[in-house]
Amino acid sequence: MAPMTSPTGIDLGGDPKRLRRERVVRGAFWGAALFSVLLSALIILSLAEEAWRFMSTVEWSALWSIGWFPRRGLFDLRTIIVATLLVAGIAMLVAAPLGLGAAVYLSEYASPRMRRVLKPVLEILAGIPSVVLGYFALTWISPNLIQPIFDSDIFNVLSAGIGVGILTTPLVASVAEDSLRAVPHALREASYGLGARKSATVRKVVLPAAVSGIMAAMILGVSRAIGETMVVAMAAGATGGGLLTLNPIEPGITMTAAMASLAIGTDQVAGAGNAFQSLFFVGLLLFAMTLLLNIVSDRFVQRVREKY
Amino acid sequence: MRTITTGDAVAARIAGRKLHWRELAFEGALLLALLVSLLFLVTLLADILITAMPVLTERAADFVSGELSPDPARAGVGTSILGSLIITIAVAVLAFPAGIGTAIYLEEYASDSWLTRFIRTNIRNLAGVPSIVFGILGFAIFVRLVSAVGLGGSVNGRNILAAGLTLAALVLPIVIITASEALLAVPDSIREAGFGVGATRWEVIRHHVLPSASPGILTGTVLTLSRAFGETAPLLLVGAVTGFFTLGEGSTVMDRLTSAYTALPVTVFSWSRQPSEEFRALAAAAIVTLLVVLLTANAAAIILRNRYERKW
Repeated sequence: MAPMTSPTGIDLGGDPKRLRRERVVRGAFWGAALFSVLLSALIILSLAEEAWRFMSTVEWSALWSIGWFPRRGLFDLRTIIVATLLVAGIAMLVAAPLGLGAAVYLSEYASPRMRRVLKPVLEILAGIPSVVLGYFALTWISPNLIQPIFDSDIFNVLSAGIGVGILTTPLVASVAEDSLRAVPHALREASYGLGARKSATVRKVVLPAAVSGIMAAMILGVSRAIGETMVVAMAAGATGGGLLTLNPIEPGITMTAAMASLAIGTDQVAGAGNAFQSLFFVGLLLFAMTLLLNIVSDRFVQRVREKY
Repeated sequence: MRTITTGDAVAARIAGRKLHWRELAFEGALLLALLVSLLFLVTLLADILITAMPVLTERAADFVSGELSPDPARAGVGTSILGSLIITIAVAVLAFPAGIGTAIYLEEYASDSWLTRFIRTNIRNLAGVPSIVFGILGFAIFVRLVSAVGLGGSVNGRNILAAGLTLAALVLPIVIITASEALLAVPDSIREAGFGVGATRWEVIRHHVLPSASPGILTGTVLTLSRAFGETAPLLLVGAVTGFFTLGEGSTVMDRLTSAYTALPVTVFSWSRQPSEEFRALAAAAIVTLLVVLLTANAAAIILRNRYERKW
């Protein structure tokens, strides 16, 4: 860059050493930012390579057979997809009312003091690792809540679903609470001015105004529940395979549990046909499903931002 | 008899101390949602503490320092804690410079172009990718990378270095998002004052923006590290041992980094799978150890934030 000269003849271009350092630092940060894009590319690449090998070697009839037994060459996709949706559905039956109720209470009813006491409950719950919830689902929820009522196997989809639901609740609550707090106070005051009570204001004014954010919270919850691994691997009974079932009190194998059990047995499985490649195929499917859900929920969040 | 006028009705409403049961029921139902979550949390902690009690009272020190063993009377979590600590340090070293650098670029340098919009969307989506998919990334890319540079050791690259790289990739988007939020919270007047006295952008960031944002960044990074400390699923794919192993006498630091390893949450998982009651108690005791580490770290982060956070 040519040195700039002002009418008075003083060089205003700045110290070239400082300018050079400025360019170097900027370049370094730009590189760091591109790294995250590289990471996404690597994820897709690592999934696609072996998934393609799986799709080109597998017999298509094996994808629609009697169950998911990769070591015997049976890759019934219905089995793991149905179990995944079943777990996600049960999880949302727990997380949607608990998360939304907690969010509305914290945002609309709790006094600042109550909030200081109750908010950490959700924060602590959010910080508990999924492997701990898996242990809890297997050793407490299943024998104490599920087995006395349904007389089921210790491994069952229902207790795994409840465990995943507890894990998802803080996420749903925090996204929903953010959107409730973004509703302008003027709307609530207008409602009170018309004589509406608090519950009517919440139900008829605040919740409809925050509906995009609440939808986003629910979709993110489903996405999280679909991708959850440890709770289902421990409590739903992932013993390497399973049959198609719609019954939540039976053992089941989800997409993530199928991947985990393949991973634990990798050494035995390495040579056995394309069982190992199926891990990547299921991973790609899972990646696509959660990506789609996340993009949809992102759209909803953007809509809230545009409105207020 | 007195007729009720509209005025009376209005007065009654305004003064109205009558309890509206529906209002109370609605508020009660909402509070119940929170209390049920609290109940789950308390039950979980109580159940685990009670199950872990025998192990923790009889041989706490021995348990925390002991090695993995098929004999429940001798098994301990020493190896696992060490493994988790090494992984966490690797995550901090690998993910924080890249993550904070990305956040600085996006918040301080980047203009609103299609590329930056793409990078932002990409980061948000990466944060939502299930953790087990990162395990596949680790298995397919990082394990090979570690082997290719000659650090594969006896386990063909499925070692603690690959685990550190994998979890670093997992937490990178979360580091970027929390650091971005901390940078966004610094008001523009600080930057403008810096530019006004002739500082370059980097000088403004280095001397004014980063110091102001550091409590927020620090809290975010501690929370991210505890996320990495408790993560299990991806490690199963990059070779964390679910059985037991010993490193043998005279193993060097290099052996530790390049050969078989395990981590605390993986140990919880493998002990929970054992049918015997003794291992169930051991799993509970391992969970207590895990939660003590995580809750201490998180509490420290929150206290730090409350002490140093500035309101502008």
